Amino acid sequence: MKTTTADKRENWFNRRGWRDVIIGAPYVWLIAFFLVPFLIVLAMSFATRTPTAPPFSFGGDHPLLNPEGYARLFQDDLYLRAFLTSLMNAGFATLFCLLIGYPMALGLTRIGRGWRNILLMLVILPFWTSFLLRVYAWMGLMGSNSWFNKLLTGAWNGLVPVDWAVRSIPMMNSNFAVVLVTVYTYLPFMILPLYANLEKLDRTLDEAAMDLGSRPSRVFWDITLPQSIPGIIAGGLLVFIPAAGELVIPSLVGDAGRPMIGRVISDEFASARDWPMASSVAVALLVLMVLPMMAYTHYQGRAEGRERAEGRQ
Amino acid sequence: MPLEPELQRGGPGGAAHHSPRPLSQTDPFIRVENVSKSFGTFQAVKDVSLTIEKGEIFALLGGSGCGKTTLLRMLAGFEDPSAGRIFIDGQDMTGVPPWARPVHMMFQSYALFPHMTVERNVGYGLQHEAMTAAERRDRVREMLELVQLAPYAGRKPHQISGGQRQRVALARALARAPKLLLLDEPLAALDKKLREQTQFELMNIQDKTGVTFIVVTHDQDEAMTLSNRIAVMDKGQVRQVGTPTDVYEYPASRFVAGFIGAITFFEGVVESLGDTARIAVPDFAGPQATGTVQARPTAGLKPGQKVTLAIRPEKFSISRHRPEGPNVLAGVVRDLGYFGKDSLYRVALPSGGLVSVHAVNARRAGEAERVADWEDAVWLSFDPSAAILLGE
Repeated sequence: MKTTTADKRENWFNRRGWRDVIIGAPYVWLIAFFLVPFLIVLAMSFATRTPTAPPFSFGGDHPLLNPEGYARLFQDDLYLRAFLTSLMNAGFATLFCLLIGYPMALGLTRIGRGWRNILLMLVILPFWTSFLLRVYAWMGLMGSNSWFNKLLTGAWNGLVPVDWAVRSIPMMNSNFAVVLVTVYTYLPFMILPLYANLEKLDRTLDEAAMDLGSRPSRVFWDITLPQSIPGIIAGGLLVFIPAAGELVIPSLVGDAGRPMIGRVISDEFASARDWPMASSVAVALLVLMVLPMMAYTHYQGRAEGRERAEGRQ
Repeated sequence: MPLEPELQRGGPGGAAHHSPRPLSQTDPFIRVENVSKSFGTFQAVKDVSLTIEKGEIFALLGGSGCGKTTLLRMLAGFEDPSAGRIFIDGQDMTGVPPWARPVHMMFQSYALFPHMTVERNVGYGLQHEAMTAAERRDRVREMLELVQLAPYAGRKPHQISGGQRQRVALARALARAPKLLLLDEPLAALDKKLREQTQFELMNIQDKTGVTFIVVTHDQDEAMTLSNRIAVMDKGQVRQVGTPTDVYEYPASRFVAGFIGAITFFEGVVESLGDTARIAVPDFAGPQATGTVQARPTAGLKPGQKVTLAIRPEKFSISRHRPEGPNVLAGVVRDLGYFGKDSLYRVALPSGGLVSVHAVNARRAGEAERVADWEDAVWLSFDPSAAILLGE
């Protein structure tokens, strides 16, 4: 058998070592930049706060595990309230991203090729401008002296009875502002996975449903929506998880009296220098975010396994 | 190789029902009136008029891009005709959306809903019927039994085989008892063996339900075996409408003759007309043959006119000895394909032209004693009725 250059190259690529490197690289990355830092945070959450540098130690009354941080999560309602505010803001933001993003994603799949690429480009375009700059722009828009606020105020005052008239609409420093800016920021993360999902759907199925007597609205509920659930879940997770831990948006436009959990973690670390407490909150947030995802994955896997088993009968 | 359509129709499908019905001129069930459809500058369907009777299996046959699928989609309501009108059961379908038409379609890809079970797929259309849940369930059961899929009611489409999916699609399309069922390449996705079996199943189900079927296909065998009548389409136009026998034995044009089955064309000139026409065919002339043949005349021929003589391969007799009869040619076997039950010969005429000859191996013979071998001199003959005269 002749050995050509191409064969040699193939052999070189097929060597076991290379395969291991290629498979191993992501694992190394995840271990070094996710698992190890997470274990450090987890360990720190069980440490005891000290006035030293670094400001924690293992020892004292609780030689190894100090559950004080976790206990305080439930004792001080600051944390529970922060969690609730975070979940609520993230929940509303996800809901509105879905309500705005779904029609946009669906529209993208129904439009001609040429326009589609331009519009997809426009969805991604905001990422080319600094995120901070865009949040500041919103602060400007929502401020009581902005043309935007004046326009809305004018419209409000024109529509409601005189008693309800206001000088300006208080938008800044509220949960409303947090949700608004979060929706604005994370909308592409909802649109893109939804678009990827909807674009793959077979339009013949829509025709089949119409052929069997369903109007287009019915076709949407019966055919399009059920098949797009994986896209909704993917987009929802991509918006909900970072939105719940969001620090910058609530710091800049949020209600300082009702902090979100990201702000709490940041304050515990930086201002209070209570690293174990900050770590406890961070671990609690992670568990809160990961559990529903794991439950979903588990359930999904079981449902698929069941279908496969039935298919084999 | 196309078989005699009459032979195939004698199969287990219960063929008595499938004899062509006479057309009643008064009230056709489906009337397609001068329908055209353009996409931009491309004219997919050009001025098509058809009438289809109740209970017929009607085939739209043609190559890809001939407009058959566009015509089907206009019947289903997915496309609006650019011109002309479609009537179904006396009702003008102009502007009637797909969901309001008494027409259901079986899609080429079957288009089963992947997130629903077989049962829910079949019952999907019934949600629009005024029925109780129990009636709906009974109807679904009945449909699943019709296509012999009752044990699979709880499966999802990806858990059943291709042939079963095809039957689910059929059951779903029939569940609401449509007046008209459209089938887009119903057998194309099935393998050969399953295709033959399903073909007869389709005919049986049509027989039981009495629903009018319109079948779009590019497969002439499928069209011939399944349908009562065939419309042969080309470049957006209907070239001929007729029973399988009509389009096979009496094609109206060179296109139809060539599209359906194998055929050899010869150019000729009409010498004389009468009970039999005498045609001079230069290709047939040679040292042992005169080059004048007898054929059954068709209407509209004039002496001196150029005609195309078309003869199907199975109409020739092949032998080593000169046979009796009016139409005898001499030639040499250039090519031989032995298929067991029959053989295909390519015979070169003295003029150099090649003729396809298809002969049934009725006699059991070894290689040494067979009718003709490579490079053998043979005689071909055909009956005057076998030649098709096309005076285009």
